Amino acid sequence: MTSVKMPQLGESITEGTISRWLKQPGDQVKKYEGLVEVITDKVNAEVPAPLAGVLREIRVKEGTTVTVGTEIAIIEESVAAAAVPSPPPSSKETGELQAAFNTPTAAEPEPAVEQSNAGRTRLSPAVRALIEEHRISDAELMGITGSGIAGRISKKDIEDFVAKRAQPATANGEQRPTAAPSATPAPTPGTTIPLSPMRRAIATNMLKSKQTIPHAWTVAEVDMTNVVRFRQKAKDSFKLREGIDLTFVPIMVKAVVEGLKAVPVLNASWSEQGVVLHKDINIGVAVSVEDGLIVPVVHQADRMSISGLAKAIDDLAKRARAGKLGIPDVQGGTFTVNNPGTFGTILSYSIIAPPQVGILAMDAIVKRPVVVDGDAIAVRSMMNLCLSFDHRVLDGVSAARFLQGVRRWLEGFSEQVPLY
Amino acid sequence: MAVKTVIEAIREGMDEEMARDPSVFLIGEDVGNRGGVFLASDGLFKKYGELRVIDSPLAESCIVGVAIGAAVNGMRPIAEIQFADFIAPAMNQIVEEAARFCYRTAGDFNLPMVIRAPWGGGVHGALYHSQSIEATFAHIPGLKVVAPGTPADAKGLLKAAIRDPDPVLYLEHKRTYRLVKGEVPDGDWVVPIGKADVKREGKDLSLIAYGLMLTYCLEVATKLAATGISAEVLDLRTIKPIDQAAIVATARKTGKVLVVHEDNRFAGIAAEVMAIIMENAFDALDAPVMRLTGPDVPAMPFNHVLEEAFMPNVEKILVKAKELAAY
Repeated sequence: MTSVKMPQLGESITEGTISRWLKQPGDQVKKYEGLVEVITDKVNAEVPAPLAGVLREIRVKEGTTVTVGTEIAIIEESVAAAAVPSPPPSSKETGELQAAFNTPTAAEPEPAVEQSNAGRTRLSPAVRALIEEHRISDAELMGITGSGIAGRISKKDIEDFVAKRAQPATANGEQRPTAAPSATPAPTPGTTIPLSPMRRAIATNMLKSKQTIPHAWTVAEVDMTNVVRFRQKAKDSFKLREGIDLTFVPIMVKAVVEGLKAVPVLNASWSEQGVVLHKDINIGVAVSVEDGLIVPVVHQADRMSISGLAKAIDDLAKRARAGKLGIPDVQGGTFTVNNPGTFGTILSYSIIAPPQVGILAMDAIVKRPVVVDGDAIAVRSMMNLCLSFDHRVLDGVSAARFLQGVRRWLEGFSEQVPLY
Repeated sequence: MAVKTVIEAIREGMDEEMARDPSVFLIGEDVGNRGGVFLASDGLFKKYGELRVIDSPLAESCIVGVAIGAAVNGMRPIAEIQFADFIAPAMNQIVEEAARFCYRTAGDFNLPMVIRAPWGGGVHGALYHSQSIEATFAHIPGLKVVAPGTPADAKGLLKAAIRDPDPVLYLEHKRTYRLVKGEVPDGDWVVPIGKADVKREGKDLSLIAYGLMLTYCLEVATKLAATGISAEVLDLRTIKPIDQAAIVATARKTGKVLVVHEDNRFAGIAAEVMAIIMENAFDALDAPVMRLTGPDVPAMPFNHVLEEAFMPNVEKILVKAKELAAY
């Protein structure tokens, strides 16, 4: 007998929700065959069986959230697979072994938390009607992956689920809960929005960042007039040719890459042994989604053209909003670019995503009267670049040099800068 | 069945009704020897003579006024307004007199008359030859408003309008005249007023339209099918009395509805269709009901780029429909 544990589906992920069991007790499973679907705060993933055998027991029900390392199922090795006689370790030993590998900072596994779906997304009237008609429980609903915008559960998702559920009952013979009669509502002072896995993860990471990283903050003002003019000129033909919008973000990421090349200490991580300078430049781009924020990563951004960056970012943002990011998409970032300016902000103090040491916010581009060469006053498109950095790793001089590099690149922008 | 254009179907409809019923006659600007500015009545003057195909002065209030008087006296006039944009001078006759006549006389008199009006844009007609007037007139109780989009419906609804006991505003989209071709059933083909028509079955979302936009929506549905989205297309055909049952049925079927018209947005037909859906199919909706319409600007511009910007087209409808499908 081998126990299957909730795997760690990425750095900084501490818990996962069982979305759907793909196998039922008594089923044969092949090694690496999909065993269970797990939802984490970042991605949905299929967990493969660690070995061939027969699924003996499911320990965690669908819809339940457990911490990484919790036993979720038991598989009995098939005779063929277990042909090599080796004394099986006692379950106690196995437990200790596993514990040694999974040394989460939390000393004890948290009790399983039932997740409510209520705060996750809006349900349309059609979906609500179907839920009532087919008596779909909260736990079942939690297990349904929405295919609509921002993961919204659509009518079709429910219909597909009902069609699947209508297939022969499962072996564990669990009774479907019937809708409970609604109790008389007690007067309450307010509403509690249940914490989604994403909300919980954001809370943990932000707290950890602010408690461990001494943030310093600095702002540079950039004249974006050249970039704005260029984009205005190029965007229609770009859209026609590439099928996606040419936004300021890929241009900014390009500028940041140039800045990081000049000041590598911002493309680094803090460790007690020393500052680790990264070889790759992997830029995280913050994408707001319903109920939170996710930061997919453009890997090896230093090897991409502006057009390549535009495509990569567009693809990541679309998949982020559709809830279709894979684990590699959210891992390995070495620096983050945030774009609150789209919402009109002019000064943003972003929180660093550990183990990175810097995050750059692009604020709104606003036309302002500016004194230019020869003491004339001109109308220019101005933008603030706000950098939060880890003061353990670098000082204000390096931060300023980085911002200067980014600024010079942007202000020197011309039609000679290649898009491809 | 023979394939015909919209304009041929209209001409044929008038011809057949005039042959069938001697009380039917046509009055309008240049409808006689000239055959109408779009040749809708081409040949009818020769066939039926100047007493039944009457060239009017350039005075729309006169055209409609004469039609009202004739209808009261037992005739079945077809009053042609050369362009729907020119209907304003006849507003008083239509709204104050024609629409109310039955009500005012407690049902003693009906006005069996048709007002034909070529409407709509996309033909570089600019400010005075492009407007959509359906919402303005659909607001008036006592008037029926039809807006066919295919040759078969154009003919069938025209014949129904001529035979109807009440005043019917018959809108013929100029751009469809020669653009849209289709089979028209042989024989005495009549399409009942007040019945919408599912022109294409689908299950993921519904497109509701009429007139030229119907043709565009059908094209969009074909493009959507290629991406795996099954769109139903409901042709309203009659704007008033509107076919509530058909609207509710398609909304209930798909749960996602996009209404398209080129008339201005504010208080347009889409607003009414959306209200009907909200009142009758709320519990079946899977997405907010959406609309794609012309903008709220005073008239269709002449500048071709601006005209294109004003008009809903296949590309714009496709984008909106995809947005709805992804919701």
